[in-house]
Amino acid sequence: MKLLRFFTAGNVDDGKSTLIGRLLYDSKSISTDILETLTKQSKSAGFNTEIDLALLTDGLRAEREQGITIDVAYKYFTTDKRKFIIADTPGHAQYTRNMFTGASNTDLAIILIDARNGITEQTKRHSIITGTLAIPHILICVNKMDLVDFKEEVFEQIKKDYLAFAEPLGIKKISFIPVSALAGDNVVNKSEKINWYKGTTLFDFLENVEIDHEETSKESRFQVQYVIRPQTDELHDYRGYAGSILSGTFRKGDKISIYPLDSQTTIEKIEKNGLEVHEAHAGEPIIIHLSDDLDVSRGSTILPFNQSIQNDNNIEATICWMDNKSFQNGQKLIFQQNSFTSKAVIKEVIGKINIHSYKVEEGEGQIQLNELCKVHIKTAENVSFDSYKHNRKTGAFILINENTNNTVAAGVIL
Amino acid sequence: MDYLDQLEAEAIYILREVAGQFDRPALLFSGGKDSICLVHLALKAFRPGKFPFPLVHVDTGHNFQEVLNYRDQIVSEIGEKLIIRKVEDTIIQRNLQDGKGKFPSRNVLQTYTLLDVIEEFEFDACIGGARRDEEKARAKERIFSVRDEFGQWDPKKQRPEIWDIYNGRVDKGENVRVFPISNWTELDVWNYIKREKIELPSIYFTHKRDCLITENGQLMNINQFIQLDENDTIVTRNVRYRTVGDMTCTAAVESVASSVDEIIDEITETKISERGATRMDDRASEAAMEDRKKNGYF
Repeated sequence: MKLLRFFTAGNVDDGKSTLIGRLLYDSKSISTDILETLTKQSKSAGFNTEIDLALLTDGLRAEREQGITIDVAYKYFTTDKRKFIIADTPGHAQYTRNMFTGASNTDLAIILIDARNGITEQTKRHSIITGTLAIPHILICVNKMDLVDFKEEVFEQIKKDYLAFAEPLGIKKISFIPVSALAGDNVVNKSEKINWYKGTTLFDFLENVEIDHEETSKESRFQVQYVIRPQTDELHDYRGYAGSILSGTFRKGDKISIYPLDSQTTIEKIEKNGLEVHEAHAGEPIIIHLSDDLDVSRGSTILPFNQSIQNDNNIEATICWMDNKSFQNGQKLIFQQNSFTSKAVIKEVIGKINIHSYKVEEGEGQIQLNELCKVHIKTAENVSFDSYKHNRKTGAFILINENTNNTVAAGVIL
Repeated sequence: MDYLDQLEAEAIYILREVAGQFDRPALLFSGGKDSICLVHLALKAFRPGKFPFPLVHVDTGHNFQEVLNYRDQIVSEIGEKLIIRKVEDTIIQRNLQDGKGKFPSRNVLQTYTLLDVIEEFEFDACIGGARRDEEKARAKERIFSVRDEFGQWDPKKQRPEIWDIYNGRVDKGENVRVFPISNWTELDVWNYIKREKIELPSIYFTHKRDCLITENGQLMNINQFIQLDENDTIVTRNVRYRTVGDMTCTAAVESVASSVDEIIDEITETKISERGATRMDDRASEAAMEDRKKNGYF
């Protein structure tokens, strides 16, 4: 059985949480005791007839009080065909960084648009973030179709507008489904009222959509997380480099290069689950043994010697600023790419990305919370990287404020 | 990769990040199925090396004997270090009020012991077996969950956690709770136990037990800690445990499932959630878990 990770985003009140609630409810993924609690809460909140399905995902007291989603909620359900992990992300502009968190690891974006309002500033922001994160597939759910009398023209107009807007974002695939989450039309059950729509329901879509499990990159990349050295009598010389394969395949006997060391050697042995294997693939946690005793440590990158990777301490990237405090010139930062870290500074803000036009605007002023910027970063040590569009694993990084330890930005290397 | 392979790979990756990032990590081990899976995953992550952390058991004193036996057996099998700290001792040292009432749970009190043991050994990371599908406040928590020096979780100040790049930087005195199986459901855990042929304490499987029936119809084990009244209804049933915790607040479920396969069938069919079926502590209020976490609970 395969795993599909997706996230949902939309405007405040577009009905995201309700849609997920509906998906879980109609696919019978909610336990009776949780349903019972929900019915009680819905009644006390003044929902007389229907239960308020949004209460399923709004897990924090503050969220229930304010009736909005503040942080990502993860929900899980399984059908006969697939296991799903849903990241329900906040719509509110001030929680965009939480949306970034929920979206980063997924294969599919579901963006809700209120049929009455069409594309809004938030739709654009969420789509631009989806594009920036290079998520291969967007599904637009045009919600609240009941409030526009299930009219086909409304749906078609939104579809047209959206495709025009999204064109420069470079999303590989965009799909559209008209739904009413509140009543359940086209969520799990096919809507009788939207009879002009010939496509699948959301549920069928999720069960059957092709999972584009990356890697656009065929290059092989491995990064050391931890060095295993038992130092016991019988394993005196054992020195294994533990980590997960970021992309591609590694085989016993491969000639490899190690960065930032810039040395070459051979893979002597690969271990997986305590057993020796001949080869291992992207995503698998393994232990690599090398023929030569070199200074390899946490954060070292390993790749086949006949492939290349960029090694530089000058990096151009798009970042999303995530700290409440705006960026200060000269701020001391830590650059972290998987297990590699280095001190870093933002040398130059090249421009801010306009979320309406997706254009980079040269601008004065500081980088504020939730803003997307093109920047020039300088690191203390050379980083081994690929462009993010090429490899989502080696082209992604975070920036940490050295003083507060907070994660202040997420970035993709251009 | 199959979904269980993906979940396993994610957990091993996280365990190795803990080993790479922290000076003094620990693995919280209760003898329950989730922490048993963590130990199994740690074996995969670090063998043939030693674990880069000790196991820590916060002993409520309200344990099932079968679970304690299992704990001691597995620790001797794998040859790793186990640190035990008892809630009983914390109560005496800190002059605390023990749990009261008919079911005198030490669920709240164990937080004191946990925070004390963190301070004693200066742990900077504690690995736990919590899962996001268990409870809706947990569904909101990060995999690396930063706690302040009082052990408190602040849901409004969670660090963004992007891709699988984990930022475990904390100041002295603060610590990070790490949840490698955050994305696993109860069913995933059982399917994994089946696939990996992991041994479990016997109380997870059907057995005959004398139980008291509570007002909510839950089946509570009869033990020296709970108060029995004259009009209590006591029955003998075929039961098993879905979760293993403080004996005074963990209920059994009626079941004749005697194998992992039968348990998987049962969970697939059942309509009641894991915590809903077994935990009295979560029934206290809508935000019971959120509040406990804010106070340092794991």
